[in-house]
Amino acid sequence: MATDHSKRLARWMLAPSVVALLIWMIVPLAATIYYSLFRYNIQRPDTFEFWGFKNYSYFVTDPAFWISLMNTSLIVFGVIIISIVGGTLLGILMNKEFYGRGIARLMVIGPFFIMPSVAALIWKHMFMNSENGLFAIMSKLVGAEPILFLNDYPLASIIVIVAWQWLAFATLILLTALQSLDQEQMEAAEMDGASALSRFRYLTVPHLMRPITIIILIETIFLLAIFAEIFVTTSGGPGNASTNLPWIIYKVGRQSFDAGGAAAGGIIAVVFANIFAIILMKVLGKNLDG
Amino acid sequence: MGNIVLKQVVKRFGEAEVIPPLDLEINDGEFVVFVGPSGCGKSTLLRLIAGLEDVTEGTIEIDGKEVTYAPPAQRGLAMVFQSYALYPHMSVRKNIAFPLKMAGVAQEEIDKKVEHAASILNLANYIDKRPGNLSGGQRQRVAIGRAIVREPSAFLFDEPLSNLDASLRVNMRQEITDLHRELDTTMVYVTHDQVEAMTMADKIVVLHAGVIEQVGSPLELYREPRNRFVAGFIGSPKMNFIEGPAAEKHKAHSIGVRPEHFEVVKKGGDFKGVVLSAEHLGSDTFLRVKMDDGQEILARGSGDVVVNYGDTVALKVEGKIYKFDDQGLAI
Ligand SMILES: Nc1ncnc2c1ncn2[C@@H]1O[C@H](COP(=O)(O)OP(=O)(O)OP(=O)(O)O)[C@@H](O)[C@H]1O
Ligand SMILES: [Mg+2]
Repeated sequence: MATDHSKRLARWMLAPSVVALLIWMIVPLAATIYYSLFRYNIQRPDTFEFWGFKNYSYFVTDPAFWISLMNTSLIVFGVIIISIVGGTLLGILMNKEFYGRGIARLMVIGPFFIMPSVAALIWKHMFMNSENGLFAIMSKLVGAEPILFLNDYPLASIIVIVAWQWLAFATLILLTALQSLDQEQMEAAEMDGASALSRFRYLTVPHLMRPITIIILIETIFLLAIFAEIFVTTSGGPGNASTNLPWIIYKVGRQSFDAGGAAAGGIIAVVFANIFAIILMKVLGKNLDG
Repeated sequence: MGNIVLKQVVKRFGEAEVIPPLDLEINDGEFVVFVGPSGCGKSTLLRLIAGLEDVTEGTIEIDGKEVTYAPPAQRGLAMVFQSYALYPHMSVRKNIAFPLKMAGVAQEEIDKKVEHAASILNLANYIDKRPGNLSGGQRQRVAIGRAIVREPSAFLFDEPLSNLDASLRVNMRQEITDLHRELDTTMVYVTHDQVEAMTMADKIVVLHAGVIEQVGSPLELYREPRNRFVAGFIGSPKMNFIEGPAAEKHKAHSIGVRPEHFEVVKKGGDFKGVVLSAEHLGSDTFLRVKMDDGQEILARGSGDVVVNYGDTVALKVEGKIYKFDDQGLAI
């Protein structure tokens, strides 16, 4: 497969799809950049005029923007940490022999198959509702005041809801990785006098570094764009307490009908996501080589 | 010290009894080889000694101390696995240092011992590589290095050479024997290859379906097998078993003659038959001979025997005739 001839052939055969992909990517990007340079309110198309970078400066000077950057990062880090730590523990547990393991495994990965908006609704109404939610009932049982999760801890609540879904994904990947961990190595370490904790640290953790890296990269892509969960629960509030970057762009575009501002926000989001990705690859990239 | 005693040890996996009650004594400094066909329980027995499997019944003593329920690390044994079981994320140096690090040995001391092991096993050239970049033979050495730094009271080997090619296997066999002489430590070695057993062992334990068929030095087993199983298992090529009138003549149910104990003669002889195949190796000639009653015999003649397919030959026994009763026990 690696002769010059086959490589040349492969390049020619790939060319059409590369071109199609480029068009697919560049046209929307170019349109967004174009609109971000104009004053363009959908409700008042008559005011359409060239604005240069004004949309950008408005967007960046909005205090909500910096809060949203912070919140976006907190969601990404929070969910990743919860899903990886929890996923490792659950994975180790699910990897043990116990009665009913098959069903337990199915239940653990279940949340991943629930749509984000549905998952958020389940949490909002069945768990976090301050009257009839499970947590409220439990609080009342022990005589405590029910906590108003979505009001008092909006961002943390959203992180929990999102982490619940991604925990399932992380567990699934980590469980598969744990199953491929060589048992003889574990036994050798046991004979070498390594405690369970040392075995975890010196054998399990290095073995899991590659799947963990992959989980982080995949989750980051999706977590930067969390929207449905915020839409059905807090709507970015109270105030801007649970506003992230996608939400603020939505607000500018849909609630203020400011297409130019939203386009500028979109471009800023693309830049932000790329910075994030570059840092991640710098820090974690070496885990992906052989 | 490295004295291991098994008393009435039984191992069951659920219903299946893999090791029926078994007694065995391994003396300090001995090179003991467990040999037997695949699935006979060699690995299980070794793992019981190592503490990697729980004994169902019976007791295990090491150096006079009962260790039946002691965890593997406290038994003072080191094991070399068939897959080598090296730690893939650590360099060779770290692999070898690992047991010392776990034991809390000072870094200076660790460095010294690792250097020493590396020099004994010629590991110096690849001491900073990862196991993934080593050849099978090199990995094998690293696994042995990791075992010797601990200065265990006994080494356990589970088919350590089975992943190596034939010539390397002969070399490593010699190296392990040399190592045993040098360290003078008990070694328990599992193999299904009787040549390995014969060449390396002070004492061979022949296992068959979890039962010890015979224990003895290589030559004892070769000369005085207790039963047909041991007689057939030890020695290469395999002993010929002959039944029928020829056996009745010796008042036995069957008789056994080793291929090397036949001589090809012009006339007379004890057996006669037609040559089915003749392999001329130069040094020896292997003849497959079909006797009149249909039984086949493999005979080893000297290199200058000239016979071909279809010839009729006479074979004379120049050596021991082993006799077995109808239970397969030696008479
Ligand atoms: N964990 C286990 N659970 C159930 N049965 C087992 C287990 N380990 C081994 N056995 C059974 O015990 C018997 C002996 O196995 P063992 O691995 O000791 O054989 P062996 O002599 O080492 O064979 P080989 O030469 O192929 O390695 C086999 O029949 C095997 O199926
Ligand atoms: Mg085995």
